[in-house]
Amino acid sequence: MSILKIAEKKALKRESIIQTALQLFASQGFHKTTIPDIAKKLKMSVGNLYNYFASKDILAKEIIKYTSESLGTKIREVNDTDASSEEKIHQIVTLYFTMAKEKPEMIEYFLRVYLSNREVFNDGCEGMICVSGFITEIMIFFDDGVSSGELRDQDFFSAFGLFMGYLGGMVFLKGEDVLPQEIEFYIDDISRNIYNALKA
Amino acid sequence: MSKPKLLWLQSISCNGNAHSFLNHPELFSILAHFELIYHPILETNYSLEDIIKKRVECNVLILEGSFVQEGFLKAGVEVSSVIEYYAKRAKDIITVGTCATFGGIFKQKEPDKISGFAFDIEEKTTRYEAYASKLISLPGCPIHPRWLSFVLLMIANGKKLEIDRLHRPVELYGYTVHMGCTRNEYFEWKVDAKNFGLKEGCLFYEQGCQAPFTRGSCNKILWNDTSSKTRVGTPCFGCTEATFPQSSLFFTKTNMGIPAKMPLGVPRRAYLTLTGVTKSFKIKRFSQRLLEYDE
Repeated sequence: MSILKIAEKKALKRESIIQTALQLFASQGFHKTTIPDIAKKLKMSVGNLYNYFASKDILAKEIIKYTSESLGTKIREVNDTDASSEEKIHQIVTLYFTMAKEKPEMIEYFLRVYLSNREVFNDGCEGMICVSGFITEIMIFFDDGVSSGELRDQDFFSAFGLFMGYLGGMVFLKGEDVLPQEIEFYIDDISRNIYNALKA
Repeated sequence: MSKPKLLWLQSISCNGNAHSFLNHPELFSILAHFELIYHPILETNYSLEDIIKKRVECNVLILEGSFVQEGFLKAGVEVSSVIEYYAKRAKDIITVGTCATFGGIFKQKEPDKISGFAFDIEEKTTRYEAYASKLISLPGCPIHPRWLSFVLLMIANGKKLEIDRLHRPVELYGYTVHMGCTRNEYFEWKVDAKNFGLKEGCLFYEQGCQAPFTRGSCNKILWNDTSSKTRVGTPCFGCTEATFPQSSLFFTKTNMGIPAKMPLGVPRRAYLTLTGVTKSFKIKRFSQRLLEYDE
């Protein structure tokens, strides 16, 4: 097997570990999930898994980078279009809620592992370091909206909190099973609320 | 061998570059390489009348001030026609200052009519093609005296000057004003200056410093051989740029906290990614006064 093929195979394996661990961490919680649990689900040896990730903490940090990049890439596709900020808000809300429905572990991981176990992430994932893939795209969305005159200039965090806090809150309520409707039911109203709050 | 004949002519000008050059510590040894035919301030063997009557020869022509096609007279004579007469005959033409190079401050009076000699902001004027082969641009408001002496000595020694698309010598304008600023660490760690007059903090975020996207050697070739604007705590106003003078100096335009203009050549995503990371750390040294930090 060529070196390139081995590298490709390793990269695929690495990603499958991340995805499996992500599901387990998000459903069972970070502390209740062990490396042997993850290895067992992947049908690989514990020793081999450690070849990919030296510790559970390192794996946890790689997962938050992976989810952040994954969401960031989707938002970047929206940013790269000529759509208005109003349309972009609708698209971002849609993709966020779609992800919450189809891959709930991606958002659950952020809410229930990353935000709830700060002691794991404090060393190496301080502040925005591990979520910059996602935050950068939100910054670009705001920057474009303000420079085109469609959104009101304000402090970044007052706008960011309104947008992402709102979406995160809704997905949290979905996870708690308290929403009377399916999450996509809320897309139009929530998009309009966010736009009304941010528009110039 | 006779010395090259140096002629310094002005169009619509404030004399700023002529004065700045007088501040060169080795002014007369630089000028000794030339025969100074005329200078607006220094005494020479020829009068302005000799110049206007086209009685003199010229090898190196220095131009200062903004240009208007017609209607700017000195001693009853159209200035641009006198200048073009010598421009045709000179071997080298140096536009000194942002006015002569791009239009500058005086362009603001009549933006549609007033321009630089060969450029109108970054657009080529009708003169450009005729003089491009011998044109050197030295924008700045004013220029540093050593920028001009560098160019003059290169010419006097028959050396070729590498220039960019706007004819600026790359040795002088390949740098940004940001390079060499003593506040660079504060820029890297995104710590802004809390007030005027402090040694600590970067001027980019709050005080409108344009150094990261302004070309010039102000922090490499120091002013008065001592310091620079940004070092002493005044933001760079971008005076070497074709777009000078910009409005809202002392103010950094931001969109939800994101600078509207990025450092030269830096993609927005790259800048924002790095900013997000560096802002995640609080470095004790950068939160204290320079002279107080003592680990």
